Amino acid sequence: MKEVDIAIIGGGPAGLMAAEAAASSGANVVLLERDGHLGGQLVKQTHKFFGSEKQYASTRGIYIANILEDKLKEMPDKVEIWKGATAIGLYEDDVLAVEVGKEIKKLKAKRFIVATGASEKSLVFVNNELPGIYGAGAVQTLMNVNGVRPGQRVLMVGAGNIGLIVSYQLLQAGVEVAAIIDAAPTIGGYLVHASKIRRAGVPILTSHTVTRAYGKESVEGATLVALDEQWQPLPGTEKEVAVDVICISVGLSPLAELLWHAGCEMHYIPQLGGHVPIRDKNLKTNVDAVYIAGDITGIEEASSAMVEGRLAGLTASASIGFKHDDYEAEVLDCNEQLRSLRAGPVGEHINQGMALVTSGE
Amino acid sequence: MLRIEEHPILTFDKSKTVTFTFDGKEIEGYEGDTIASALHAAGVKVMGHHYDSGRPRGFYCAIGNCGACLMVVNGEPNIRVCVEPLVEGLVVETQSNKGDLV
Repeated sequence: MKEVDIAIIGGGPAGLMAAEAAASSGANVVLLERDGHLGGQLVKQTHKFFGSEKQYASTRGIYIANILEDKLKEMPDKVEIWKGATAIGLYEDDVLAVEVGKEIKKLKAKRFIVATGASEKSLVFVNNELPGIYGAGAVQTLMNVNGVRPGQRVLMVGAGNIGLIVSYQLLQAGVEVAAIIDAAPTIGGYLVHASKIRRAGVPILTSHTVTRAYGKESVEGATLVALDEQWQPLPGTEKEVAVDVICISVGLSPLAELLWHAGCEMHYIPQLGGHVPIRDKNLKTNVDAVYIAGDITGIEEASSAMVEGRLAGLTASASIGFKHDDYEAEVLDCNEQLRSLRAGPVGEHINQGMALVTSGE
Repeated sequence: MLRIEEHPILTFDKSKTVTFTFDGKEIEGYEGDTIASALHAAGVKVMGHHYDSGRPRGFYCAIGNCGACLMVVNGEPNIRVCVEPLVEGLVVETQSNKGDLV
């Protein structure tokens, strides 16, 4: 059985940053990624990032993955990367079961940083499982990784940042966007994204939802309805829109199965997207060996996932005697960055949620 | 044709074609495709049928989370085709039952 100081589960923005921080603190690291490539969902983010220079603002997400991977390649004696490796169980004797191809390997570690990200939520409406109804992330993967359009004409459900950004990416790929709808009375995403979409002539219908999809073998259209102030359908406002794709962008939910298995105490926190573990300021859960970073701590953006990854990499290493030379300053800097990323109206929501599950506030 | 030919930011390598079969029919994709992306590009959205209701099924998440896109690949059932790389000569079939454990 292989033994290592720190095992990091998930090679997305949080896991990559955690690996770099842990290795530069002196710990030996194994980084696990279930996919064949590192970067997680960064590999399909063709837009330029916001935030500050430290989170690679104004760089396109697709390039950030390469920058982070290159940093790890500079430390080959400290970081071992397992691609195509899925963690399937985390046991109380600090052993992780990992599926690699058809083989199950065991990995023993002093600390685990779980950075498994999130999965896309669905939405309840009639025929919501017809082929042609795809998550917004799925549409991004199909277009930006595989170079395939999801269809000819798309209804986008959800006017948050992801819904707006993916709508713009659909236009860039030559796909018509019939409309963006959102049940909320206001647009959830940044105005800068919404303005781009509006300039391109795509209507954004707030206080609207989809009640049914129709089509024989796959989507041929959708029925929309306007909602009143109590989010109830307004009779007589139904209208049909002919589309071959309905793209669902109604948020994400932390992908936390491994934490349940490891015995972490989980709470349902709507502001954070679903069930999340309790943790302290160092991103340690109630299980001493298990740390967390990225969307699994609560749904945010890749920028905060990177900072959390760095923080967990530093603190998990320090807890087993690998203290970074500038530990105090580095940790302070991470917390400052997180504070700044969570400023503003969207952050208010996240801070509320975080306060409910973080000890030592 | 659903392949993106021109894109303001991205380019897609289509230098190596990969041939496979879907329910006996020969289909061409490219190296770098998943089975699901190659099928979708060829206009195939229905990848299976629910084992009980028989309703059509396609992919939903495209990153291996949701399990909506299970197909029979080279005789093995329950393969998530959204994360299965396309390889020359694969035999891909619609799955309409739960699949037998090998």
